[in-house]
Amino acid sequence: MPRLCEFRDLGSLGYDEAYALQRELVSARKAGSIPDQLLFVEHPHVVTLGRNAKLAHVLAAPELLASAGIAVAETDRGGDVTYHGPGQLVGYPIFDLKDWHRDVGAYLRAIEEVLIDALATFGLHGERDPEATGVWVNGAKVAAIGIHMSRWVTSHGFALNIDTDLNYFRYIVPCGLTKPVASLRSLGVTAPADAVRRAVLTAFEEVFDLEIAHLAQLTEQQ
Amino acid sequence: MTDVVMPQMGESIVEGTLTKWLKKPGDRVERDEPLFEISTDKVDSEIPSPAAGILSEVLVQEGTTVAINTVVARIGDSAGAAAPAPQPAVAAPPPTPAPAPVQAAPPVQAAPPPPPPPAPAPVAAAPAATAEDIDALGPLSPLVRKMAREYNIDLRQVSGTGGGGRITKDDVERYLAGSRAAAPAAALAAVPTYAPAPTAPAPPPPPASVPPPARAEAPRNRVEPMSKMREKIAEHMIFSKQTSAHVTTVHRVDMTKIVKIRAASKKQFEEHYGFGLTFLPFITRAAAEALRAFPIVNASIDGKNIIYHGDINIGIAVALDGGSGLIVPVIRNADEKNVVGLQRSIVDLAARARSKQLKLDDVSGGTFSITNFGSYGSIFATPVINQPQVAILGLGAIEKVPVVIDDAIAIRSQMFMALTFDHRLIDGAMADQFCQKVKAILENWSEQVI
Repeated sequence: MPRLCEFRDLGSLGYDEAYALQRELVSARKAGSIPDQLLFVEHPHVVTLGRNAKLAHVLAAPELLASAGIAVAETDRGGDVTYHGPGQLVGYPIFDLKDWHRDVGAYLRAIEEVLIDALATFGLHGERDPEATGVWVNGAKVAAIGIHMSRWVTSHGFALNIDTDLNYFRYIVPCGLTKPVASLRSLGVTAPADAVRRAVLTAFEEVFDLEIAHLAQLTEQQ
Repeated sequence: MTDVVMPQMGESIVEGTLTKWLKKPGDRVERDEPLFEISTDKVDSEIPSPAAGILSEVLVQEGTTVAINTVVARIGDSAGAAAPAPQPAVAAPPPTPAPAPVQAAPPVQAAPPPPPPPAPAPVAAAPAATAEDIDALGPLSPLVRKMAREYNIDLRQVSGTGGGGRITKDDVERYLAGSRAAAPAAALAAVPTYAPAPTAPAPPPPPASVPPPARAEAPRNRVEPMSKMREKIAEHMIFSKQTSAHVTTVHRVDMTKIVKIRAASKKQFEEHYGFGLTFLPFITRAAAEALRAFPIVNASIDGKNIIYHGDINIGIAVALDGGSGLIVPVIRNADEKNVVGLQRSIVDLAARARSKQLKLDDVSGGTFSITNFGSYGSIFATPVINQPQVAILGLGAIEKVPVVIDDAIAIRSQMFMALTFDHRLIDGAMADQFCQKVKAILENWSEQVI
């Protein structure tokens, strides 16, 4: 039987604000007072550093970026340095894996599955790289994944490049040139971002066997 | 006492890195309160305490990767603590020998273990370890098991220094080295050598007699964690060395003409522009010209493609004060600037680098780099390529030297100029032509204006 999942599209929202909302939802989810949650959001330009942040260009050392006034967020998700910005679909599933499978590896593979299915809607052949979590098309990374988990409740999630300005990735991981990044746009897909969001949502429904309940977008606070 | 173990996070996950302790030894912890954080691939997880009590022992340090079910800590009962209900997750922790992280383990040689038999006969005289004995040692990597089989080692004799007292490959190698030292010379030849066999028949001091490095630090040593920036530099340097096929070629450049031009215009330049004139903008100018002539040196490798960069953006390595790091701000479109413009950019970028006022754009998008180690007196060095670029020009100190010109000895100002290039993309002949171009421009500087 499908599990209920509440879905919200937050539109464009700052990284910190979205993070605060995630934390709130995670504690409510842990307490069992809400069902699984799925958030879609687009962040203004921000560089985020995962717990394993490494291979960042020496030039992009966090102190330096911060002192230069570039938004940098150190987060508690897994994974390396990444960039979020306009034209990117960021998804934060707040799922209790105790209700699914208690297996973080399986969870990562399922998130990849969702994105691969969604890409297929647009005729793109997304692939996994056994060495590197994420979704790849022709050897270029089109979606990044980084997760935090606390008592099997997940937070953070994935970032799928729709028509992101890929130049920003050069700033962060210059070795991105050896493993290039791509966006749907750079791969020739011109579908509007809305269509991509719908495709990803549908894939979530199928892969995780969810019944999605759309919540109205949060009212503007302040 | 309740053992806290590295939890099983999923079928495919066999180990995790303990990234952070949220409690210190001696701290009181409630059952289900977050106790530590672990990291596996792209997932970070907080792990709750399996019991209430006092965190009595932390067995695995932050940053250590250990197999699942390894005991990472022990929680002791404390007066008034609710009796902890046994947690299903920690139902069957394998007994792991408690390591003694503080008390330095005695080097293996101190108590020489029985030498392995001369031939690796399966029916060995050494006391046979039963499967249970081996299991009692806690999780062992397949490599360690294999080495134990091949060299017929009783693993109970090997002291483990890995997380949770686990026996690592290094421990086995150290054990082997110790055994070899103790073994009679005749047997030595018969014992399979784990270390690469030396080609020379008799290296004067046998390597086996060299004591292994002590695990515990001597009291006069100081251990401190790297700064984040130092960590990044370390990663970046190793990454570059692993990525590119570094080759360095060195050319001698006669800087006499440039030295004269600079001397002649230095004073006026400073009065007019408010900053000094150095050699660097001349060399940058020459490099930009040469990059225009040899676009392959201004390129990057992208998989099996070559990206020829349309812009010539030259990074200038700047050492930060107090050895705190190194940064490479970028002069964009360096080929479009004259010496004055380049000098202005260099002064501005260096000042902002040292005062940490650089913007992201200032440090990104470089297509070639220059490093001026000569300013610290070096004659020549072999710089490391700034990835994803394919070449870096290193400048030695400019010195007056006697040179032979037309069979006469003259005094000239000379500089060794080193180009490190990525031999995957650039062949030696190309690199040398590039250097000759830079050299020719500098030696025949013809610009009337600077």
